[in-house]
Amino acid sequence: MIKKFFDKIRPHFEEKGKFSALHSVFEGMETFMLVPNTTSKSGVSIHDAIDSKRIMSFVVIALLPALLFGMYNIGYQNALAAGQLENTSFWAMFIYGFLLVLPKIVVSYAVGLGIEFTVAQLKKEEIQEGFLVTGILIPMIVPVNCPLWMLALAVAFSVILCKEIFGGTGMNIFNPALCARAFLFFSYPTSMSGDNVWLAKEQVLSLGYNLPDATTMATPLGEAAANHPISASLNDMVLGFIPGSIGETSVIAIAIGALILLYTRIASWKTILGVFVGGAVTALLFNFAELENNVASHMSCWEHFATGGFCFGAVFMATDPVTGSRTEEGKFIYGFFIGLLAILIRVLNPGYPEGMMLAILFMNMFAPLIDYCFVQRNINKRLARMKKK
Amino acid sequence: MSLFSKANREVLTSPLAKNNPVAVQVLGICSALAVTAQLEPAIVMGLSVTVITAFANVIISLLRKTIPNRIRIIVQLVVVASLVTLVSQILKAYAYDVSVQLSVYVGLIITNCILMGRLEAFAMMNGPWESFLDGVGSGLGYAWILVAVGFVRELFGNGTLLGLRVIPDSLYVENGGFYVNNGMMTMPAMALILVGCLIWALRACQKEQ
Repeated sequence: MIKKFFDKIRPHFEEKGKFSALHSVFEGMETFMLVPNTTSKSGVSIHDAIDSKRIMSFVVIALLPALLFGMYNIGYQNALAAGQLENTSFWAMFIYGFLLVLPKIVVSYAVGLGIEFTVAQLKKEEIQEGFLVTGILIPMIVPVNCPLWMLALAVAFSVILCKEIFGGTGMNIFNPALCARAFLFFSYPTSMSGDNVWLAKEQVLSLGYNLPDATTMATPLGEAAANHPISASLNDMVLGFIPGSIGETSVIAIAIGALILLYTRIASWKTILGVFVGGAVTALLFNFAELENNVASHMSCWEHFATGGFCFGAVFMATDPVTGSRTEEGKFIYGFFIGLLAILIRVLNPGYPEGMMLAILFMNMFAPLIDYCFVQRNINKRLARMKKK
Repeated sequence: MSLFSKANREVLTSPLAKNNPVAVQVLGICSALAVTAQLEPAIVMGLSVTVITAFANVIISLLRKTIPNRIRIIVQLVVVASLVTLVSQILKAYAYDVSVQLSVYVGLIITNCILMGRLEAFAMMNGPWESFLDGVGSGLGYAWILVAVGFVRELFGNGTLLGLRVIPDSLYVENGGFYVNNGMMTMPAMALILVGCLIWALRACQKEQ
C-alpha cells in the first residue's frame, strides 16, 4: 500500500515534475519506508542485506528502553522530591516524563532534519540518514530542564559545524550528538550541570507536582565531585532511579539496548569491552592510590560504571562506526583509552564531574591515528612475509 | 601618476576582501583569537596594527634601496619594534584601561606575520605612497575581521557592545526571562570557529577563491 502511494506520487518529484525542488525529500522518505529498488548496474558489488537506514532504525530501537525508562524516571524523581511517591501511579509518572521529553525530541528532529534537508537540496544530493540516530540521542543526553531554544541552537551547531562542514554523514570526525552536548556544556554551564537542572519542577497538564525553586537534587557524580558521600544506593544506580541526563540513568535499560546492538552486530563488542576494562583498571588504580579528600577516587569500579553516562557512552557513543576506530585491534585500544580518560577526568578534575563526553570526543580525534598504526603494522608484516619467500 | 590611480586603489582595497590577510592568507590568527572577546580592545588592536603597518611600510620603502639584502629582516624588525613601542606608549598614556586589557598583545604586534609579510612582499619593492596605501589596506583588512569577531563575541558572550547593555536585563533567567549568555563565546575556541565561519562566508561570496 505504501509502495503504491509512493509510485503514484513519484512523477511529481522527477526532473520536470511540479515538486522537483523537493526531490531529495521524496527520495529520503521513500527509502526510509521501503527498501530502495535501485541496484547497481555495472560491475560486481556485494551489498549487505540491510542498508544504513535499516542499521539506524535498529539503533533507534535499541535506544528505546533507555528513553522510556528516562521518561518514567523524570516523573519518579519529581514525585520523590514532592514526597508523593505512594500517591502517584506508574502511568502518571510516565506520562509526565513523556510530556517533558517529547518537545525535546520534536525540536531536535525538526531543527536537525530541517538543516539536513536544506543542505541536501542545495547540494542536490540524497538526504543522508545519519540524523535519525543523532536526533534521538541528543535529547537523551541533556538534563530534563534544558530549555528548548538551547537545544535547538546546539543541534544546529553540531549538524552544521560538526557534520555538514566535514562532508555530511559518514565523514564527521566527532560524534555529532556529543558535539551538541559539549556545545551546551561549555556555552551554558549553569543549565547543564550543578544541582538545579536534574529535577523537573513544574506541572505539565496538571500531571506531576509543582516544587519550590530551592529544591535541588545532585547526581551521584555531582556529590562525589563536591566531596560529599554518595547518597544513592548501588541498587538505585543500577536500576536507574537516580537524577541524571534523561536517557543515561538506568544500567538495565542500556544493557537491553546493548544486547540488541550486539545481537545485530551493529555495535562492536570489542569497543564496549575496551571501555569497561579501561574504566575498571583506572578505578582500581585510584582505589589503591588512596587520594585524600577525593570521594570519586574511592568509588569502586562498579559504582563508576553505574553512575553518570559511563554505560550510555560505552554502548551508544563509543561504538559509533563513523567516529570510532575501524581496525579490529584498534577498537580495543580506542575503547580502553575512553574508559581510562573518563575515570581520570572524573577523579582528578573537580570542575567536570562527568568525563565520559570529553573522553569520547578526545578519543574520536585519535581514532584515525590508532587505525593508521595498525594498518601500517599489517602492511609491514605482509612486506616481511613477502621478503621471506 | 596620480595619487589615486586605478592601480593604487586596487592596492588599497584588495586586502579588504579579495586578499584579506586573516581570511585568505590566514595570518595574524593568534591575536585575532586573543583580543576579540570584547569589541573595544578589538577595535583598538585593529587600529594599532593599521597605523604600524602603514608607517612601517613607508619607512622601509624609503630605506629599501639602502638596506643591505642580508640584514634586511633585522632592519625591518628595528623599524617595527620602534613603532610598536611608540604605539604602546601612546596607548598607556591615553587609553590605559584598554592597554591593560590588551596586555602583551600590543607588544606582540612585532611578531604579527601580517607586518613582516607586507614589508617583505610589498614595501621592499614599491614606492612609499603605494606602500602606505598597502599598509592601510592590510591593516584595515585585519581590523574589520577583528571587529566582526569581537562584535559577535561580545554581543552573545556578554550581551553588551562596547560595554553598553544591548540585550535587555529583563530577558535574563535571573530576572525571570529565558535568556542565558553563551559562555563559549568568551573562550578563544569560539573565536577560531567564528573566524572559520567568516572565511567560509567570504569564499562563498567570491567564487574565484
